[in-house]
Amino acid sequence: MVEALASMRGVNKWYGGTMHALKDINLDIAEGEVVVVIGPSGSGKSTLIRTINRLEPIQEGEIRIDGKLLPEEGKELARLRAEVGMVFQSFNLFAHKTILENVTLGPMKVLKKSKAEAKASAEKLLERVGVAHQAAKYPAELSGGQQQRVAIARSLAMEPKVMLFDEPTSALDPEMINEVLQVMLDLAAAGTTMVVVTHEMGFARSAADRVVFMDEGAIVEENDPESFYKNAKTERARDFLSKLITH
Amino acid sequence: MSWSEFLDKYQGPLIDAAWTTLRLAFVSFGIALVVGIIVVSFRVSPIPPLVRVATWFVAFFRNTPLLVVFFLALFGLGDLGLVYDFFPTAAVALGLYTGAYMAEVLRSGINAVPQGQAEAGRSIGLGFIQLMRLIVIPQAVRTVIGPIGNLFVANFKNTAVASTISVLELTGQSQRMFNDAAAGVWRVLIVITAIYLLFLFPAGYVFRWLDARFSIKR
Repeated sequence: MVEALASMRGVNKWYGGTMHALKDINLDIAEGEVVVVIGPSGSGKSTLIRTINRLEPIQEGEIRIDGKLLPEEGKELARLRAEVGMVFQSFNLFAHKTILENVTLGPMKVLKKSKAEAKASAEKLLERVGVAHQAAKYPAELSGGQQQRVAIARSLAMEPKVMLFDEPTSALDPEMINEVLQVMLDLAAAGTTMVVVTHEMGFARSAADRVVFMDEGAIVEENDPESFYKNAKTERARDFLSKLITH
Repeated sequence: MSWSEFLDKYQGPLIDAAWTTLRLAFVSFGIALVVGIIVVSFRVSPIPPLVRVATWFVAFFRNTPLLVVFFLALFGLGDLGLVYDFFPTAAVALGLYTGAYMAEVLRSGINAVPQGQAEAGRSIGLGFIQLMRLIVIPQAVRTVIGPIGNLFVANFKNTAVASTISVLELTGQSQRMFNDAAAGVWRVLIVITAIYLLFLFPAGYVFRWLDARFSIKR
């Protein structure tokens, strides 16, 4: 097997010493792999994805990005975070920056690219996610779907090794979900390594190499999407899926 | 003394005094902005000793009368040989005093910046100082333009206290004119008050305009 691009070994996390949020998580993500994480709310899937770039610190176990152990908060961690793209449920575009500035900020301030260089590649990325004509606007002037596509472009501008998506379509109106999913499907098709927390079964079926089902802080089941959705192995997963389908 | 005699005698000193007030107000406010940004950065930093320094700084200046701060600056800084002249002493004292309030105003602005903005900044690899400088402080400032405007006005009026350490600004000048019986106490009061109002009414408009122009739409 190829060396994992991101790996979690024996990861445990508690909130406030009592709430056991992640229970002995072991997960490897290979280069070019698309992993979808699903599970009921409160199952720890967002916490899991947020530990991969240490937005949430862990108390036990180890997490590696491309073989390197996640360091403590500081310069070294900032450097490693630049290699891990993150797309949030609530977009989190920088509210005081234009769309173009949102995408050029990281490349200029972190990767130390020139303004011209950052601008040129930002324009290409905005073109790729279909919001090039909005470059001079501020985030609040865009629809949710457009903002999320800009957020994806902002992450891609850092040329990350792996992209994390934390429920990227959950805050969107139904008609905007597809435009974001389409961008994600294109990324998957282009071989991007992705970890995606989502309930979008359509995306999982057409793009995921693997589905990880979580419940109560633990990984309960892993499988390829066809097998998982057709005949999940565990009762807990079957129960969850039945609710997902009927509603 | 007629109005024209009054103006003949006092026009020059009044213009000088108004200019001194204006300079003191702007220089001290500039110091307050810088001090406020540094102190609030300490206050929200993840380093406990810096947090403590910032907390003490704010507590000290918020609980010490401004006049006492001026005396401390005059004798304290003077004895340390740091500042020699009355004007810079007053500017530093007032700047530190208003800076403490500025830090608190900025802190409320920082608390109003959504957590997600900082998380997005961290996840593209910004370090703590970059995050503060590029994302958090610019947004914080824009959400508290109104309160900063209030501080500007309060700071402007507090320049009057500098008269007690021999800075000849508007209030100091008015005290001199009170000694001239011919000038008339009421005439002096009206003139001085009018000059303060002339400066501070427009300031209110400017800050309302800045707020409308720069406040962040979410």
